[in-house]
Amino acid sequence: MNIHEYQAKQLFLQYRVPVPEGKYAVTPEQAVEIAKGLGGDGWVVKAQVHAGGRGKVGGVKLAKTVAEVGEFCLDLLGKRLVTIQTDALGLPINSVLIEKIYRIKRELYLSLLLDRASERLIFIASAAGGMDIETVAHETPEKIISVPVHPAAGLQGYQCRKVAYALGLHGSQHKAITAIMQGMYDLFLAKDASQIEINPLIESDSGDLMALDAKINFDDNAIAIHPEILAMKDPTQEDDKENEAQRFGLNYITLDGNIGCMVNGAGLAMATMDLVKLKGGLPANFLDVGGGTNVEKVCEAFKLILSDGNVKAVLVNIFGGIVKCDVIAQGILEAIKQIHVSVPVVVRLEGTNVEQGRELLSNTGLNIYPAEDLAHAAEQVVALAEAVA
Amino acid sequence: MSILINKDTKVICQGFTGKQGTFHSEQALDYGTQLVGGVTPERGGETHLGLPVFNTVQDAVNTTGATASVIYVPPFYAADAILEAVDAGIQLIVCITEGIPILQMLRVKAAMAGTGALLIGPNCPGIITPGECKIGIMPAKIHMPGSIGIVSRSGTLTYESVHQTTAQGLGQSTCVGIGGDPVHGMNFVDVLSRFQADGQTKGIVMVGEIGGGEEEDAADYINAHVTKPVVAYIAGQTAPSGKRMGHAGAIVTGGKGTAAGKIAALKAAGIEVVSSPTEIGLAMKVCF
Repeated sequence: MNIHEYQAKQLFLQYRVPVPEGKYAVTPEQAVEIAKGLGGDGWVVKAQVHAGGRGKVGGVKLAKTVAEVGEFCLDLLGKRLVTIQTDALGLPINSVLIEKIYRIKRELYLSLLLDRASERLIFIASAAGGMDIETVAHETPEKIISVPVHPAAGLQGYQCRKVAYALGLHGSQHKAITAIMQGMYDLFLAKDASQIEINPLIESDSGDLMALDAKINFDDNAIAIHPEILAMKDPTQEDDKENEAQRFGLNYITLDGNIGCMVNGAGLAMATMDLVKLKGGLPANFLDVGGGTNVEKVCEAFKLILSDGNVKAVLVNIFGGIVKCDVIAQGILEAIKQIHVSVPVVVRLEGTNVEQGRELLSNTGLNIYPAEDLAHAAEQVVALAEAVA
Repeated sequence: MSILINKDTKVICQGFTGKQGTFHSEQALDYGTQLVGGVTPERGGETHLGLPVFNTVQDAVNTTGATASVIYVPPFYAADAILEAVDAGIQLIVCITEGIPILQMLRVKAAMAGTGALLIGPNCPGIITPGECKIGIMPAKIHMPGSIGIVSRSGTLTYESVHQTTAQGLGQSTCVGIGGDPVHGMNFVDVLSRFQADGQTKGIVMVGEIGGGEEEDAADYINAHVTKPVVAYIAGQTAPSGKRMGHAGAIVTGGKGTAAGKIAALKAAGIEVVSSPTEIGLAMKVCF
């Protein structure tokens, strides 16, 4: 799960990671009041959306006057921001973060994430902050240091010193970076984060360290034990259909194509998408209906798929293991009747009681095409989608 | 021979009296698995499915001599269950549970280091040696004793591979679902090395998916150590970056863990990678 920058910074403050003085606003009037309250002679106005790359597309603006803060907010709020990390529609800007401006001496990079290969949390640090870290890793890997933390030992002082020296920090800055790293580590463990990224971590002209930006992701598997984190969820930043799918325990991801896919199992769902592409079509979605498929789930899955107006045909691919194919076939028939599915539906069933299942789906008078095998099913659905389009 | 389990393997079930534990234990017993008992705290002394229930894994091990355990407990209790099995000296732990928090698995893996216990999963279908022993949720009927070792991160793609190798008359030596989580037990290399050493296994099917770097490690390992024919398939070629595709571990982040990268690594190691999941069985067949 993702949260907004302003929420991440609130968490940072709880864990003693310094952040710029600031507050979030949902109206220009609020923003102006916040700017007045902060004082000073300049402010930054940051659009709050769940995507990076905001600065390059006008989502982060520097205001020299309080009036300018209001103008920028009027301009941003209620609009959608399209960045390199969003789709063409972009994400709605429902709030902005107003912060004091600080004089920056250097921009650094610091993140904490799971390294799957070593099965450790690792700190990644670089003196080349403010840039895309993957670009830095690719072009100048020597500028990046990584420090793995053993889960039993926890974060050690030498590991913080290692990062401090690598970042060229001196004197009291060692204590400051140690506190920041410990805060990040404690926050990560306490809230079951999956990634915490500070880019940039700035060194001000007075030598203070501060998280100018903040990004935190959380482990979806643990979110149920952190209601305070779940409360930070902003559904407006996510796909409507993906939100709807979650309510019914379905795994759904929207894609750009016109062939709806309904599959049991995540791996088979991915493989089915790949196969549709291989046969010359484009999948409209990833959808895993899960192991215990029933009529209700199949109905909801069909509704989700068909709520995408681009869908011209649907491919159902079920490998009936414990669940029997004839039961699944009945579920599909029921769903198609209940919600009046009008686009052609190609069904590939395999596994237990497959013959009975196929029998049920043949000669129904409905727009159903039972397929003998998966390759044939994919070819057929691509042809049907083309014929309709 | 098969790998890891056979007809003599004594198995207990943790979460034995729950709905999942009960259903899949019945299926295992039907298959002929030597399920010798189960564990549910506070239910020790009872009989369930005609087998003894124990309060602790240690009690179960002491009484039955079980060396393997299968875990069907809810996600927030699964880490505890795995470590209880390790502590009781269980050698092979199969954790079916999906949805265990990643940080819990990090601690479990660190605690298991040096114990010698093997973990399969979590978030996996389990392991089966056809005709001998079934530990997990895979449908029994599609399997056939034979010569192909199957290792996969995906449950349903394991079933596809099984179905196709059965249809080709090859059958399976052992099938291992290593699970879809980012931090898990045995990896591809752990299983591949055992297939290479196993006399019954004549060919290997390896099914990977996006996320992580274990397929790349497997490519290096196969290149250096595996002499048996290997057919590989990688799911997720059309998966968008940054989206978790059902499995917690199936995600492309920062351009790492792409299907294209994995396929390239496998091909560079001389491994046959089929572009369609429907071609796995046939590609394996033509190797013989």
